[in-house]
Order: sequence, then C-alpha cells, then structure tokens
Amino acid sequence: MDVVLFLVFAAIAVGCALNLVLQTHPISSALSLIGVMGSLAVLYLLLGGEFLAAVQLIVYAGAIMVLFVFVIMLLNAGSEKRPSKKVLRTAVALPLLFTLAGVAAYIMATQVPRTEAVRFGGFTAGPYEVGRALFTTWLLPFEVTSILILIAILGAVVLARKEI
Amino acid sequence: MNFYLLTLLKMALTAFVLLTCCAYAVWVERKVLAHIQLRPGPYRVGPHGLLQPLADLIKLLTKEGIVPSYANPFFYLLAPWLAVTLALSAIVVIPFTPEFELFGVRTAIGLTDLNIGILFLLALSSLGVYGIAIGGWASNNKYSLMGSLRSSAQMVSYELPLAMAIASPLLLVNTLNLRQIVEQQGGFYFGFLPKWTIFAMPAPQILAFLIFLIAAFAETNRVPFDLPEAESELVAGFHTEYSSMMFASFFMAEYANIITICCVATVLFLGGWHPLWPAQYGSDFVPTVLLAAAGLILLYHAAQAARGRRWDRFTFPVFGVLLLALSPVFLVPMLKPVLIPFFWFVAKAGFLVFVFIWIRGTLPRFRYDQLMRFAWTFMFPLALANLLATGLIVALAG
Repeated sequence: MDVVLFLVFAAIAVGCALNLVLQTHPISSALSLIGVMGSLAVLYLLLGGEFLAAVQLIVYAGAIMVLFVFVIMLLNAGSEKRPSKKVLRTAVALPLLFTLAGVAAYIMATQVPRTEAVRFGGFTAGPYEVGRALFTTWLLPFEVTSILILIAILGAVVLARKEI
Repeated sequence: MNFYLLTLLKMALTAFVLLTCCAYAVWVERKVLAHIQLRPGPYRVGPHGLLQPLADLIKLLTKEGIVPSYANPFFYLLAPWLAVTLALSAIVVIPFTPEFELFGVRTAIGLTDLNIGILFLLALSSLGVYGIAIGGWASNNKYSLMGSLRSSAQMVSYELPLAMAIASPLLLVNTLNLRQIVEQQGGFYFGFLPKWTIFAMPAPQILAFLIFLIAAFAETNRVPFDLPEAESELVAGFHTEYSSMMFASFFMAEYANIITICCVATVLFLGGWHPLWPAQYGSDFVPTVLLAAAGLILLYHAAQAARGRRWDRFTFPVFGVLLLALSPVFLVPMLKPVLIPFFWFVAKAGFLVFVFIWIRGTLPRFRYDQLMRFAWTFMFPLALANLLATGLIVALAG
C-alpha cells in the first residue's frame, strides 16, 4: 500500500514538475508547482513527517504560491512565445542534455548514501519532536535564520518605502 | 469489517447532513435578513418557504452552464470544483461528540481523528483561496479578476491573525488533536464557570476568540469583508461569469466554509460538546425543554393563525406535534451520552452561524484600503501581543 501510494504521488510530482517547465502560460506553471508541493507533502506524510507535510501545505502551497499567483494575475502576464524550432539547435542540445543527466545520475549513485535507512513511516516527526529539536539541538541555526528573515523583511520595507 | 462499514455509512451521512445544512443555511440567512429588515422573506414554496432550497437547486440544475468564449476552459471548470472540494473536506476532522460504543466498535459522530487536525484545517483553508483566485482569472473578465485579486490579498493577510489567534488557545491545551482539545476543556471552575479556553484560568482567550471571529469573516468573504463580491463595485466579483451548478458550487463552498469555521471556533474556544453549566443543575434537560416549548408555541400560533395565512392552520400543528414527539428522545438513557453532547455542539456552532448572518444584516461594507490597514496595523499586532502574553502567563504559571 505504501509503495503504491509512493509511486503514484512520486509520478504526480514528476509529472507536475515536467508540466511546470513545458507550459507556456505562467499561471499553468504556477499551478503545476502547487501540484508538486502537494504531492511532496503526501510523500512527507508517508515517511511519518505529518507536521512537515502540514507546514509544507500551509507555507508553500497556501502562502508563497498564492503570492506568486497574485503577482502573475496583477501583472496580467500573457503566454510566452515559443522560440522558433531549429533542427541544428536540437541536434546539439539533446546529446548535451543526456550527458548532463548521465553525469548527474552517476554522481548521485556514488556520492549520496544508500537509502536503506529510509522506511515508510520510519520517522516520528510530530510537532513535539520538531519543536524540541528546534529549541534544543538546533537553537542557534534556528535563531540565526529568524534574524536573516527579519533582515529580509526590513530590506523589503526599505525598498518599498522609496516607491511610496 | 464493521469498522469499514460504519465509516462508509458515516461518510455518506456526514456528506448528506453537511450539504443539507448548507442548503438550509441559505434559507435561514434569507429569513433572518428578511426579519431584520421587516420583510417576510421566502414564503411561497412550501410552508414559510421551507422548500425554497429545493426549488433553488432545481432551478440551478436546469440552467444552462455557459463557458465564456474568451475564458480559459480548463481553469474555468477547475475553479468551482476546487472550491467546493476543499470546503467540504474540511469537515472530516471536526469531532462532534465524545466516543461511544456502537455494534461493538468505538466510534463518535465525526469522521477522523488526526493528531495534526488543526494544522490540516489551516492547510485546507489556506488552499481554499485558489478556487476563487483561479475562477476570477480564468473568466477573463475585468470585474472577476479584480474580485479574485482582492480575495487573494485579503485571505493571505487575514490568515496571519487567524493562525495566531488559533495558536494561543493551543498553548493552554497543549495538543493539536481536535478531540483532545475538547476533552481538555471539560469541567467547571467553582462548580459553574465552564473550563472552555475562552474562560481558561491562567490566560482567558476572549481577545483571541474575537480576533479569530473577525478573521473568520474575512476568510469566508462575508460582510463586512465581502470585498471580493462587492456588488456595487464589481457586479458580482469573482463569480460574475459563472452560471448553473458552477455558480452553485461557489455558493455551496461559501456556506460550507462558514459552517466549518463555526465548528472550529466551537472546538477551539467554546468547549465543543461540553455544556454551558453542570449537569447537576439540569443542563441535560435544555434540549427537551427547548423542543417542547417550540412545539407548544407552534400549537398556540396554529390556534390563532391569521386569516391571510390559511396553510398555517395545518402546517403549524404538524410541526408542533413533531417537535413535541422529538423532545422526549433526549431523555432516553441509552441515547443520552450521544445526543446531549451533540445538541450542545450544534447549539454553539448554530449560534455562531446566526452571528455571521446577524452581522451581515447589521454592518456596512469596509472600503478596501481600510480592510488592509485594519489587518496589518491592528489585528496582526494585537494577535501577536495576545500570543506573547498568553505564552508568558502559561510559562509563569508552569
């Protein structure tokens, strides 16, 4: 059951990611990205990271992507023009693409540790565990990130202030 | 096997009850608004317009569904589906009653019991904006686009105070599971004051409740924050181009959202199924007394129905006898542990739905810049201060 669900949602994630690149209209691309995020949330859920899954949906799909869609609508961005098809370009680009994919696959296979440790539902990453880890083991990185985000907010305010 | 059968039955029942409630919420809203404005409201279809929702449904079903020629058909059709699916699926985590035994299975009214229930609700409500945003954009109409732009900005802004208002009672109950949240609120201070989070002792959450309620109005696009469908400026806002069942889906989503958010407020702040005062002072007899009183009032009015309302002489006694017959059901000892808590839950949530309608009948609409300024310069700092104060008090109280 877990494997079937994993395959289904991994396929949806990859399909949406491909669609994101292939679509010409920015709104379609943005919505495909939401699909990717939703299926990633399901994958987190399968691994046992229920808190992460919910936060993925709330923060990425529910807040950040809404702003993306909002900006696209506000600017009323139209479809992008497809570049004219040239056979020579395709003939050069395709082998390069396969080479890059091959190199990436090789590096992944050799460098990244084996995935035997990953089991469905093998983690307990509920709100309690995540909160405890954030405020004990990872307290310093957590606070530094908060300050970084605060600086980014202040920067945005300063930049926007000039316009008003 | 029993478990699966029961769950399937419960799913079908929940969907049926929720959809019926949505339809009759429209009837109640029209009636209440009408009486606020000294009008009779829907009156012709059935006794006192009781069959009006059915007539509306038939009307909407038989209308032609038009896809405008300049619209983007895929997203145009996706939007109402998205809106109604997300709105209806939020009800699954709401616990309506404590657990009881049925056919050898421990169950409760309410579908699932997620341990991140409240986060699930937040996720669904934050995704709900896509239905409106995409619908308005795909219609390819300036008014619709303005409506959906307003809606997305408004919902993103009001989600912050909403989430913070939710977070402060969570500090008191220390769990994200909705059933445990309600169970934590059982009992009474000094024998009469209920231990709901709105009264909870180290830090009463009255302020958080008010912030939650105001943000809920904005999240469900209701008056006074119904800028996305402000008819004096935007025709009908994001659903200007929609017709037939696609329009009905948006309508249904709005009412399902109202019902769900009232249930969430009941669970988080008003103690879910716990009664208003202890059972030893007779809170168990409230539903019986209420139903019997309603039945008797109907019978009294039937006896002196006005000449203009001939049908009232037949329909009032029928409903009166029905209510009188229903009232002793709440006294049956076997059904009591389910029905009494369920009554209290429905009473609280129903009262909140009434408040939603009441506000709609009373308050004028905000201007758009006022709406945004109110969210960012008043609601957000207030919610933040309330969260910090609650956290401090809870930490000091140990």
